[in-house]
Amino acid sequence: MKFLPLLFANLLRRKVRTILTVGSFAVALFLFCLLVTIRAAFNQGVDVAGADRLLVINKVSLIQPLPIAYRDRIQRQPGVKEVTYANWFGGVYQDEKNFFAQFAIDAETYRTLYPEFLVPEDQWKAFLADKQGAVAGKATADRFGWKIGDRIPIQGAIFPGDWQFNLRGIYTGRRPNDDLTQFWFRWDYLTEKAPPWAKNFAGWYTVRIAPGADAVQVARAVDEGFANSAWETRTQSEATFMASFVEQMGNIGFLMAAIGTVVFFTLLLVTGNTMAISVRERTGELAVLKTVGFSDRAVLALVMGESLLLAVLGGALGIGLAKGFTLAGDPTNGMLVSFYLPPWGIMAGASLALAVGLLAGLLPAVSAMRLQVVEALRRL
Amino acid sequence: MVHLGADGTDHLIVVRDVAKTYRRGNEELHVLQGVNLSVDKGDFVAFMGPSGSGKTTLLNLLGGLDVPSSGSITVAGDEISRLSRAKLTAWRGRHVGFIFQMYNLIPVLSAFRNVELPLLLAPLSRADRKRRVQTALGIVGIADRMEHKPRELSGGEQQRVAIARAIVADPSFLLCDEPTGDLDRHSADEILALLEKLSSDLQKTILIVTHDPKAAERAHATLHLDKGVLAG
Amino acid sequence: MALPLVYNLESVRARWTSTVVAVLGIAGSVGVFVAMLALAKGFQAALVSAGSEENAMVRRAGATSEMDSAITIEQLDVIEEAGEVQRAAGGAMVSPEVVVVAALPLKKSGTDANVQVRGVTLRALEVHDKVKIVEGRFFTPGLLELVVGKNAKDAYRGVAVGDGVKLGGAVWAVVGSFDAGGSAFDSEIWCDANLLNSTYQRPAGIHQSVTARLSSPGALEGLQRRFAADPRMRVRVERETEYYLKASQMMTTFIRVLGSLVALVMALGAVFAALNTMYSAVAERSREIATIRALGFGAGAVIVSFVIEAMLVAGVGGVIGCLAALPLNGLVTQTMNFQTFSHLSFAFRVTPAVMGMGLLFGLFMGLVGGLPPAIRAARLPVAEALRDL
Repeated sequence: MKFLPLLFANLLRRKVRTILTVGSFAVALFLFCLLVTIRAAFNQGVDVAGADRLLVINKVSLIQPLPIAYRDRIQRQPGVKEVTYANWFGGVYQDEKNFFAQFAIDAETYRTLYPEFLVPEDQWKAFLADKQGAVAGKATADRFGWKIGDRIPIQGAIFPGDWQFNLRGIYTGRRPNDDLTQFWFRWDYLTEKAPPWAKNFAGWYTVRIAPGADAVQVARAVDEGFANSAWETRTQSEATFMASFVEQMGNIGFLMAAIGTVVFFTLLLVTGNTMAISVRERTGELAVLKTVGFSDRAVLALVMGESLLLAVLGGALGIGLAKGFTLAGDPTNGMLVSFYLPPWGIMAGASLALAVGLLAGLLPAVSAMRLQVVEALRRL
Repeated sequence: MVHLGADGTDHLIVVRDVAKTYRRGNEELHVLQGVNLSVDKGDFVAFMGPSGSGKTTLLNLLGGLDVPSSGSITVAGDEISRLSRAKLTAWRGRHVGFIFQMYNLIPVLSAFRNVELPLLLAPLSRADRKRRVQTALGIVGIADRMEHKPRELSGGEQQRVAIARAIVADPSFLLCDEPTGDLDRHSADEILALLEKLSSDLQKTILIVTHDPKAAERAHATLHLDKGVLAG
Repeated sequence: MALPLVYNLESVRARWTSTVVAVLGIAGSVGVFVAMLALAKGFQAALVSAGSEENAMVRRAGATSEMDSAITIEQLDVIEEAGEVQRAAGGAMVSPEVVVVAALPLKKSGTDANVQVRGVTLRALEVHDKVKIVEGRFFTPGLLELVVGKNAKDAYRGVAVGDGVKLGGAVWAVVGSFDAGGSAFDSEIWCDANLLNSTYQRPAGIHQSVTARLSSPGALEGLQRRFAADPRMRVRVERETEYYLKASQMMTTFIRVLGSLVALVMALGAVFAALNTMYSAVAERSREIATIRALGFGAGAVIVSFVIEAMLVAGVGGVIGCLAALPLNGLVTQTMNFQTFSHLSFAFRVTPAVMGMGLLFGLFMGLVGGLPPAIRAARLPVAEALRDL
């Protein structure tokens, strides 16, 4: 690495240009990581879906509920290990803009079905002891500055009225991309205070299949059990269910990716051009290096080395900034369930940066390698 | 007539006690010291001397590209050593015609447009400009190549274009910095003949810095610079 | 006292590879910027165009969307009798509506998407007068029949005229399709309100919303005051366009925030590219610039010349970017509207205003990318640069 000082010296010769090129790299990588993050956010539901979990919803429509009586019948299905249920509450906290998902859950069984969510034991016990208790995800709690013990008022929309809850716990996730925006309260409280037409209904059931059981078979068996009733069911794996949501999100994710790719290649073009200009300017010096004793290969390596150095510096800067940005939280203020740059995104970004560094430097490096000393010196 | 001394009036250029010093780190370089000079209208003066003698610096000072550390330079009554940068720039456009060793033509413009450049500084109509450019090009003998770009012209031809540019706005004097330095003998002689013609036929005041003894032969007078001191 | 434009044009041409690169950089940024704006605009337009200035929408007070609202028969009567409501041959121009979500398979993937199903009466066509039947006929009240919006017809399987759709234990016949002018309604399916209520096991006679034609657009305040004074009417009355504006807010904001983020980052990249190109240009042309200054052109003239050059290049890039984004206009894409929980088709809207903003954006990038190098050009030490080999 004794040539490192030479590389740096060359880059520092035109500080502004070096800064701008490193900056371009940083921008391109930042953009790449941003797009990866957004795409991961869209696909989050699929990524974290429990492999052994099924969702049972009303066949006619997602917004239609299912009778609570179904719980026992589902539990008794062969192949079903555990069952829980929840309702979508859809209330308003202070302002319609402060959106976050609110679920009325079965406190006893919810945690078993969703072990990825972590709540300290004492907080969970407090939740179990308080009918008006609630547990909020860390992201939502931080967003509104809630503390354990706070009174959280929510305006019911589907279930009209003023609802008050006591925050008894804050949950975190095992994985970095878990959804920490949800708000849970107790189903028994919901059904107690709900208007008559809404009592004793669950929004959906979540089922864990027994190890070794065939998910498709179990799903079909559950649905057949309720076929032709007033409340027909539709059971599918959690992943499939989430995937259909992503499908509905439609082309937005794809559009962003496509657009980002276009821009990325443009920046690649720009960087390559900069390298080419820089080499052109230094023909004389490169010729002198050759007369001093640097071989053609050495000159090639020198130019490539510069290009790679720019790529490494810029790439590290861009990826670092992106990671920092994602750690600062969701810029859409609640519309994305997670805002996390996965490690594979970082690896992909780093590889891209190196690839661009190589490609951008290739042609100029080859022309530097091929430089005829006599020609170049004559031009001086 | 040019002479070493800054007395009397009615000279075109008066250089009085001019010195120029550069700082390099902690050192001081005295590039010019105690230069006194008077140049009259119509003079053709050659400045000769070894490298590092201060010829280029003197040229820069006379052309308003630099200001002296002490002393004064007066051209046509204006004390240019006291002018602000902006005023100096404007003054330069009106009074000085530069001719460089490397021609310094704008590569992307045609010969015509290169010569036209100085005229854009003045409020002239398009027709006026065209007329003057064609006249200048005619004087230097290159009117037939006026649509060509510099890279399509030989060294000698490019220098002619540069000379045309230098005279087109009718400046008070011409400053030439090694005008034949990059030319072969034949072209160099042609250029020197042209300069001589400008001096004798058109009474142009010409100051030329050169290594070329043939150039000095054509001038009315030759002054020598050595280590920042001007001598006869 | 200005440098001739031909100098800039010829210089740009002589360094055409760098120029092309800068133009592409700016074009890319502008194109994406325009695309994002068009996306947000299209989404909002689809929703807002569903509404009419002349219609008022009545929902239960406190409801956040149509879906969690409820209007009773008594309240419906009060609305029909209100003086501010327009009367037509058949009676008050009032359309009570039931709104639910159903799952239907998407054409392109086969997976289910949530489609908004609206239960209406015949008066719906009068009140929502932008909606026109373009194929088949409107459904017959009391029968299990559906009419399908044109975007829904394109998006879902099995909803062509003549098909049968299984909804809640019964099969409904698709008897027609309608065109609602590119609005949100085009993504919906309409049927008889009472039948829909019973399918979804809702209490009969309760509707989610009532849309009423006002006697004049200005009658809205009168209607609001009338209901405010009536203890039976715990309702929220707003202009239909207002409602839809709010209904699109979350998604539009979402698209705008993410889109702006992406556009901003790209703009930064494009500015860097422009700066790099211009700085290189200044470096390559340092001798020319010094010559020009020696000839007598001032710093101002040099700066103006370089900034104009940068903005010319940026302008071309901006135009190319706008033109590149133009084919997106009218392109129908789908997404889910979080607020109504349903699948929605909408079209990109590349309007002259959007393109204008894109062009300005491009020119701004040219300015920012051109100014610092221009200033450097003006500050070049002339004497040095003249002899600089």
